[in-house]
Amino acid sequence: MFGLLLRRLAVLIPTFIGVSIIAFSFIRLLPGDPVALLSGERVMSPERHAQISAQLGFDRPIVVQYFDYLGGVLTGDFGTSIVSKKPILDQFWQLFPATVELSVCAIILAILLGIPAGVIAAVKRGSIFDQGLMGIALVGYSMPIFWWGLLLIILFSGILQWFPVSGRISLMFFFPQVTGFMLIDSLISGQKGAFASALSHLALPSIVLATIPLAVIARQTRSAMLEVLSEDYVRTARAKGLSPFRVIGIHALRNAMIPVITTIGLQIGVMLAGAILTETIFSWPGIGKWMVDSVFRRDYAVIQGGLLLIAAIIMLVNLIVDLLYGLINPRIRH
Amino acid sequence: MKYKLTLAAALLSATCFVSAASAKTFVFCSEGSPEGFDPGLYTAGTTFDASAHPIYNRLLEFKPGTTQPEAGLAESWDISEDGTVYTFKLRQGVKWQTTDYFTPTRDLNADDVIFSIGRQIDEQNAWNKYINGATWEYADGMGFPKLIKSVEKVDDLTVKVTLTRPEAPFLANLAMPFASILSKEYADSLDKAGKKEQLNQQPVGTGPFTFVGYQQDAVIRYKKNADYWGAAPKIDDLVFAITTDAAVRYQKLKAGECHLMPYPNAADVESMKADPNLEVLEQEGLNIAYLAYNTTQAPFDKVEVRKALNKAINKEAIVDAVFQGMATPAVNPIPPTMWSYNKSTQDDTYDLEAAKKMLEEAGVKDLSMKVWAMPVSRPYMLNARRAAEIIQDDFAKIGVKVEIVSYEWAEYLNRSKAKDRDGAAIMGWTGDNGDPDNFLDTLLGCDAVGGNNRAQWCNQEFDALVKKAKVTSDLAERTKLYEEAQVIFKKDAPWATIDHSLAVVPMRKGVTGFTQSPLGDFTFEAVDIAE
Repeated sequence: MFGLLLRRLAVLIPTFIGVSIIAFSFIRLLPGDPVALLSGERVMSPERHAQISAQLGFDRPIVVQYFDYLGGVLTGDFGTSIVSKKPILDQFWQLFPATVELSVCAIILAILLGIPAGVIAAVKRGSIFDQGLMGIALVGYSMPIFWWGLLLIILFSGILQWFPVSGRISLMFFFPQVTGFMLIDSLISGQKGAFASALSHLALPSIVLATIPLAVIARQTRSAMLEVLSEDYVRTARAKGLSPFRVIGIHALRNAMIPVITTIGLQIGVMLAGAILTETIFSWPGIGKWMVDSVFRRDYAVIQGGLLLIAAIIMLVNLIVDLLYGLINPRIRH
Repeated sequence: MKYKLTLAAALLSATCFVSAASAKTFVFCSEGSPEGFDPGLYTAGTTFDASAHPIYNRLLEFKPGTTQPEAGLAESWDISEDGTVYTFKLRQGVKWQTTDYFTPTRDLNADDVIFSIGRQIDEQNAWNKYINGATWEYADGMGFPKLIKSVEKVDDLTVKVTLTRPEAPFLANLAMPFASILSKEYADSLDKAGKKEQLNQQPVGTGPFTFVGYQQDAVIRYKKNADYWGAAPKIDDLVFAITTDAAVRYQKLKAGECHLMPYPNAADVESMKADPNLEVLEQEGLNIAYLAYNTTQAPFDKVEVRKALNKAINKEAIVDAVFQGMATPAVNPIPPTMWSYNKSTQDDTYDLEAAKKMLEEAGVKDLSMKVWAMPVSRPYMLNARRAAEIIQDDFAKIGVKVEIVSYEWAEYLNRSKAKDRDGAAIMGWTGDNGDPDNFLDTLLGCDAVGGNNRAQWCNQEFDALVKKAKVTSDLAERTKLYEEAQVIFKKDAPWATIDHSLAVVPMRKGVTGFTQSPLGDFTFEAVDIAE
């Protein structure tokens, strides 16, 4: 197991350098000058432009800028936002818990509903139930998040008024951020009704963000289960007279879970992309929304720093998924 | 189970909200996050609404609902005969806000004014680069570093500002958000503590509301400033709930989660007006959208060609299609709400036959041109591509072939100002200080060729008039000069003026005291909500 960990870590280093190059060059490949954008329609004089470019270090050769940036990153300095003038890392840690909270809720929702739905669809293969579930999954997978989110807001917040429209907690609650996770902070605050309010604000965005992963997990679970259910050892288990629950729930599901876990791991990356739209619709103050705003403002520092941090987190999640394989399937350890 | 739980939670929080609303908390669903809280560093209205207006004051303030500067922190001022020396008498007993992080020991005085302006114009000032990448875009854009020779203290409550040349719009410039007055005592205390950057994060001002806290991209909280020198605010707490999507802002307003919202979708305005719980305010915005020909390139260097094309643009159709009627066709380069607007100028009326004939007379045949469409939605032009398509369609009817081009926004801004740019570019402007100079000289003056003057139009007669108006203090005389300038503009037609959009502000019924600002600011010091 330790060997596996070392092998995976060795792969991470070149990946990290690759990502840093992509993050650094990607935004510079896009047209658009961050210095000119600072003044918008109000045209900046060429002298002023040169002065600010020099101040921000954009007048130096690109390679020098990259190594400067990399040097900063290695010492934990991700730079300062061109627009807000605040350190990137501070902003990231302030916003990241909101994205994690939303993503974790969404992935839990997707797993809790997606796996049972996939298993049932596989067991009842070809039935109306199977076709119905997979049909819904396909619709869910194809759903444009922006439209879906607005639809839920109009129905559940506007017409039925069951859930709040947007935000993380009712504005009447005001307490300092301790962990940044609203569910935890609301409990710590001890204010009556705060936790319930945070939970109700989390409901709609979690459903929206969970929709695509849920569909993918359900479909993946179904196909993995179908494959496993036709294996000899399942037939043997059945012939032994084991209860259908044991055959499916213990013998079949454990083997079917390997591709499903891969899918879940990949969905976490997909989810960060989905979070961008979900956070925008629900005014959820997370990193997705922050990154989108920064792309529009050509805030190079935020985009390259944010991308690198997000990539590092996805790499970490993938590492954990790889290690989980090892736990589930001992053959992979070697 | 999860659904049941969340449903119960929702009901509970809905109950909580009702009780919160009765505590005189005013919620504004703002459209974006402020970039920071030091207004001098930024140019965005969103930032000013969250910083300059609730927290700070300026020497002069715009009279609510107008672009007329009136006494603010300066209760009176004298201007020397030659128009270069301004002496401001400061209001006595103006208290700085007391917050968790700062307790003032003195009232406002001349040192604060010198500090606030000095840091923006003097590169040697210790506060000029107090945070990494600090730039003073507005002070620089308004020419302050070259315009202001000195800012001196005469006594504790008197400040003398000496200019390098007379400049009539100077008083209006001082009422702009970037010229907000900050506390020198607070700045000194931050300097001593080695936390200079906090000036931009934990503001202290003299304004109607005291800053309480900002949760990034989510909520900004203020409370009433009990020591405010002006009329005390009627609400106890002011909350900005940051909601970037206009459709979601509307849902929040409908659900009673906020009292007022800016920038609705044009398509939603009709249903807002029909909602018995909402009230919709409308006002002509201080803006203009226009199509700037490159007057240095053939055949657009000919007045007849420009006039002919102007006659082929159906402005009404653009207003209907792009704004659903929430705009008015523009005649002059300044909006009708601005003083000196010339009501007697004649617009080039939409007449395709006449346009075709004029082009023929000018000897132009089979013209192919580019129309540049902005890639972003701005208050003055919600959908430039749609407008360009309407123009393309109309021009086709007079035999002019149009290719619509667009670039990423920063690139568009950059390329559209190039002197050799081909064709005509859709562009626009929102006024900064309500002074006609801010439109006529900034966008059409000879100095702005290759910059903001995207028509590359330099008409000596026009330029002489606006330059003269700039150094004339007498309002009646200035008005006359600007009226004349507009006549020349219409005669020479460097632009096809397209529209002035309406600023629409939907709010809950029961909100009183809110005045729409022609400058597009959102201020809440006089706002009240029915119990």
